[in-house]
Amino acid sequence: MLHIKDLHVSINGREILKGVNLDVKPGEVHAIMGPNGTGKSTLANVIAGREGYEVSGEIIFEGQNIFDMAVEDRARAGIFLGFQYPVEIPGVSIMNFLKTAVNEKRKYYGQEAMSAGDFLKLVEEKKKVVEIPSDLMKRSVNEGFSGGEKKRNEIFQMAMLEPKLAILDETDSGLDIDALRIVATGVTRLKKPENATVVITHYQRLLDFIVPDFVHILYGGRIVKSGDKTLAMELEKQGYDWIKKEFA
Amino acid sequence: MKEDESQDALNEVTGGEYKYGFETRIEMDTIPKGLNEDVVRLISKKKNEPEFMLEFRLAAFRKWKEMVMPDWAHLNIPPIDFQDISYYAAPKKSEKKSMDEVDPELVDTFNKLGIPLEEQMALAGVAVDAVFDSVSVKTTMQDKLKDLGIIFMPISEAVHQHPDLVKEYLGMSVPVSDNYFTALNSAVFSDGSFVYIPKGVRCPVELSTYFRINARETGQFERTLIVADEGAYVSYLEGCTAPMRDENQLHAAVVEIITMDNAEVKYSTVQNWYPGNKEGKGGIYNFVTKRGLCKGANSKISWTQVETGSAITWKYPSCILLGDNSIGEFYSVAVTNNFQQADTGSKMIHLGKNTKSTIISKGISAGRSQNSYRGLVKVMKKAINSRNFTQCDSLLLGDKCGAHTWPYINVHNKSSIVEHEATTSKISDDQLFYCQQRGLDSESAISLIVNGYAKEVLNKLPMEFAVEAQKLLAISLEGSVG
Repeated sequence: MLHIKDLHVSINGREILKGVNLDVKPGEVHAIMGPNGTGKSTLANVIAGREGYEVSGEIIFEGQNIFDMAVEDRARAGIFLGFQYPVEIPGVSIMNFLKTAVNEKRKYYGQEAMSAGDFLKLVEEKKKVVEIPSDLMKRSVNEGFSGGEKKRNEIFQMAMLEPKLAILDETDSGLDIDALRIVATGVTRLKKPENATVVITHYQRLLDFIVPDFVHILYGGRIVKSGDKTLAMELEKQGYDWIKKEFA
Repeated sequence: MKEDESQDALNEVTGGEYKYGFETRIEMDTIPKGLNEDVVRLISKKKNEPEFMLEFRLAAFRKWKEMVMPDWAHLNIPPIDFQDISYYAAPKKSEKKSMDEVDPELVDTFNKLGIPLEEQMALAGVAVDAVFDSVSVKTTMQDKLKDLGIIFMPISEAVHQHPDLVKEYLGMSVPVSDNYFTALNSAVFSDGSFVYIPKGVRCPVELSTYFRINARETGQFERTLIVADEGAYVSYLEGCTAPMRDENQLHAAVVEIITMDNAEVKYSTVQNWYPGNKEGKGGIYNFVTKRGLCKGANSKISWTQVETGSAITWKYPSCILLGDNSIGEFYSVAVTNNFQQADTGSKMIHLGKNTKSTIISKGISAGRSQNSYRGLVKVMKKAINSRNFTQCDSLLLGDKCGAHTWPYINVHNKSSIVEHEATTSKISDDQLFYCQQRGLDSESAISLIVNGYAKEVLNKLPMEFAVEAQKLLAISLEGSVG
């Protein structure tokens, strides 16, 4: 589904990613871990197509090099980014926002816009997945939301848009244990054999809820170590210091 | 998003074509250019007006001659040669009694503008007065309204049929010599709408006037007068468009509203005069005075405006809160793009006790445009326990436009409370990226964000109008983000 080959990324001439390779197949859950400032969020942004980076290498999504694809086209093709810091859009209700998003995607695939009735049905169905309260739906996108509400809203949007590849950037940051459980349960419920998830996290605790098939450690702009979930546990025990020592 | 790319997106969203730029070919009765007493007399004669109207006009003209054009606004106004404008243009055959007698060209024109003049419009719950250049060509539903005692007719007819009402109220809330343009309008206005809602009557339909400028080298000077008697209520809509032309055209209207005890008037405008092209050539100069007088106790006047058009807008819909407990409201979204200039806002003059006013102004600037809010809140000594709340927000799209705020606050007693809040923001790259990551292209993203920003005001518009206004905002801003 996603093949990243020798990806180099710089911002203003400063190299952040120095040759990242990653292979994600349908049905898999990958965790990318690493200390702060090692380029985890940069990787997520570059896959989503954010401008402002100098990039080289290859990102192949569903057999296609996506370097030249616009952000919105990547999204419509099935790449979803759960943001670490979701922005506020004052005056735009979540319902209106999602209706626009869902219909833009349908338009891209030559489908008719969804009727109001069908849309509401879809909302009701997906609301249960992430246990999102109804009154939140009427509020403006992320405006005045607590950290937990913002993250839940991200997972709800993911549920509504049914992406092929979901990249969750530090979805666990700023969540208490209950919110974490709800968010993680939502992600687990949305898991399907044809979809893949990449979880970016600093801590192991999220991986108690979302069990990864592969764990990668990103350090110094490279994936320095890959393994299964036991690698995450090892990290939890020993901290990042041994990585820093080994690969500095 | 990179600088140049966001500029591209900005240009795409703001580059929307003006949809109403066509011209109607029709035989016109136009008087020669120039303005003097004879022209004023000629206009009055063409309308076969009673003597009091001619006197009103001549007095106004004499005032105007002594006045100079105001230059305090944050506007760069090229000199206007008032002798190079024709002050009266009417389609020939403008005599009308029924639909059959309206020139088919005109019916067609208004159909193209989405304003059907057939009585079927009644189904939509809107009565329309259609003004084409200097004259009203059709007023729908008049008979039905008459049963309720509601008068809704061209002011040129009201002068004949209800001279006492016109005499009593014309110039009451906007004195002839209020400013340069009110004096000019009072001297040469040719038509507009007159509305009278009798005591205790709630007007069951929206009343609407649609103004269309068509003729070249003419000005449009319309006059609207709305009187709501005790306990009456009416919601009134105004729309306007003009052909695309390279030369500028002048529009100087006056709208007066008067409310008696417990009466309420809601006045909504979607102003979409031709704004000029992308290089700033052509477009309407819009110098408008709108003022409501809350004459009676507990009366209320609300102005809601969506301003997207005109090359230059100079407009401050205001309320004079004379009656105790009266309420004035002003809700505005003003969009400027390319080389448009707008200096708009409101005045709330508190005279009565316990009077309340609210001003919500949302400016959106794009391109190289300049968008200014100018507002005056004045609370007089006797207006004890009065309140004003003003919120004035500016949204900038791109980095070549300007947003300015000039609030004037003037309070003469100690029991009143005046609040002013102001914000300036830009559509951030983060917001755009977030929307795009959800599959919206930059244009839909901008349109969504802008409509969200303006929602508080758009919500105040009557339903059908709100949908129109949302579309209009999107079109006006096609191509604009940074």
